[in-house]
Parts: sequence; C-alpha cells; structure tokens
Amino acid sequence: MSVAVVVYPGTNCERDVMHALRDVGAEAELVWHREEDLSGFEGVVLPGGFAHGDYLRPGAIARFSPVMKGIEELAEAGKPVLGICNGFQVLCEAGLLPGALVENRGLRFICRFVHVRIDSTDTVLTRATRLGQVLRIPLNSYRGSYAVESAGVESGLVAMRYCDEAGEVDAEHNLNGSVDSVAGLANQRGNVVGFMPHPERASDRALGSGDGRVLLESFVAALGDA
Amino acid sequence: MKVQVEITRLPSVADPEAATIAGALRGLGFTDLVAVSMGRSLVIDVESDDATKAEASVRRMCAQLLANPVIEDYSVRVLAEDEAG
Repeated sequence: MSVAVVVYPGTNCERDVMHALRDVGAEAELVWHREEDLSGFEGVVLPGGFAHGDYLRPGAIARFSPVMKGIEELAEAGKPVLGICNGFQVLCEAGLLPGALVENRGLRFICRFVHVRIDSTDTVLTRATRLGQVLRIPLNSYRGSYAVESAGVESGLVAMRYCDEAGEVDAEHNLNGSVDSVAGLANQRGNVVGFMPHPERASDRALGSGDGRVLLESFVAALGDA
Repeated sequence: MKVQVEITRLPSVADPEAATIAGALRGLGFTDLVAVSMGRSLVIDVESDDATKAEASVRRMCAQLLANPVIEDYSVRVLAEDEAG
C-alpha cells in the first residue's frame, strides 16, 4: 500500500506530504518526475511547490514530464490520485481535472488558515468526512483561483468549498475568487482530486490544526480500492 | 523565420491584473478608457522557408503547450523580414 510522492524540479512540499502520509499509516516514497512507471504504487500525490519554476503557466511543463504516464495509468485504473496546490494545477493542465487555476482575486499571495466545507464525500480525499463538515486548513498560493467555463464545474465533483467558520459559503470567504468557491475538485469517478489548501500542514495539532488529517486518512484508506 | 504568438485571457475568465491596470489608468484621469486586456507575446524562430508551414508548426506548439484553451486564446502571425529584427 505504497504512495508515490512526485518530485518535480521546484516541488517543495514533498517531505511534509511524505511525513504526513506515514503518520496516518501509509508507506510513502519520493519519486523523481523522470520516472514513468508507477505500477508499483497504489496511489500518487503531487505535492505543492513550483514545478519547473511555474514557467509559462503553473503545471504547463510538468504535465509533459515522464511521470505523467504513470499518473494517468493510476488515474485510469481508479486508484487514488491527489494534487495539492501546485499539484492541483498540474492535474488541471494535464486534463485529468476540468478547469484551470489563475491569479487570486486581488492579486495577493494568500498564506493563512481558511475554512472549507465538505460538499461531497464521494471522493478519495473526503470519504471519511461528513457532508457539511468544516475543516480549518492553511491556504498558501498566488494562483489558487479556480477558473472554468460555467458548465465546467459540473463536469467534476466539487469536494470542498471555501466557507466561514460555521460552514456558510459566501463571496467574503472565497478569498481567491474561485468559481463557485471551489477549494477541492474531483473527477466524476472521485478518484482524482485536486485541493488548493495544504492538508499536510494541518495534519497534527502541533501545527495549529489537525483537520487535514481526516483527508489524508481518507486517501490512505482508498489505497486498496482498485 | 520568425513567428509571433499573442496569448490573451478569454473574456469569460477574470483577469485581476488587467482590471487593476484599468483602475490605475482611470485614476490618472483617462476618462475615455473602456477596458484593458493583457497577455503575453512570444516570438518563435523556426527553421523554415515556407510561411504556411512555419505558421502551422507554431499553431501546433500553441495547441500543445503555449496556450491553455480553458482560460486562453491565441493568435499567430508570421513576421515580415523587416519586423523580425
């Protein structure tokens, strides 16, 4: 039940993700982006950072890395695939998730705890949560605003939306201006998920919140699925 | 042969940077300003004597990598000798 944690040149959250995955009981291993065979893994995480320097567009160059072949194979097999922050951008660029991520409304880099509400439990990242549950998790991005043509959101499953402490979704708490307040999005099958906040940075109370842990536990529990 | 690519944000996708620039221009008193759109320009030098082929090749580059059709549009133009520098 081992998880591949993909490292591109410029990725910087891989060790945190690996630590957090191991902390919830998974085996996790760093995999360099030149590797194209992920057949030995039950799932894959694309961590945050700045793959290939975010040049051109975040994820635009990373989607052509050899490792994308292995990621696509796992996705197709129904195995859990998670993109966090920059990883979300890569999955969108690769067409594994609909839409794209653009600069935050207000053009500010956002680095703070935010609240997200669970709006679907039919994804590998949210299956151990409750509908409507509110989680407090750090957001840390400049291009975190989810953009898509109006029908696009419906082609995926909205797993989580930005909200206030009580779970109310409104414009004020949609800090980056995402379409439909989307914070986390899955494919229809629910096995490929992109999430802009960082669950690994909220995976222990010592970090100020342990709320991300249930998401990682969901992911790890889904490893035996397909 | 040099080919210019202009990549712009689709009108349906918010562009906070262009909106901020428009706000600054209004603040400077340019009351005739309607809107600002911005994008990026690339000049790509391709080995070719055939403008049609050069353009087709650059269009493929756009489709595959340079532009993201979810949020961007692009135009491609082969530069004349005196423009290419």
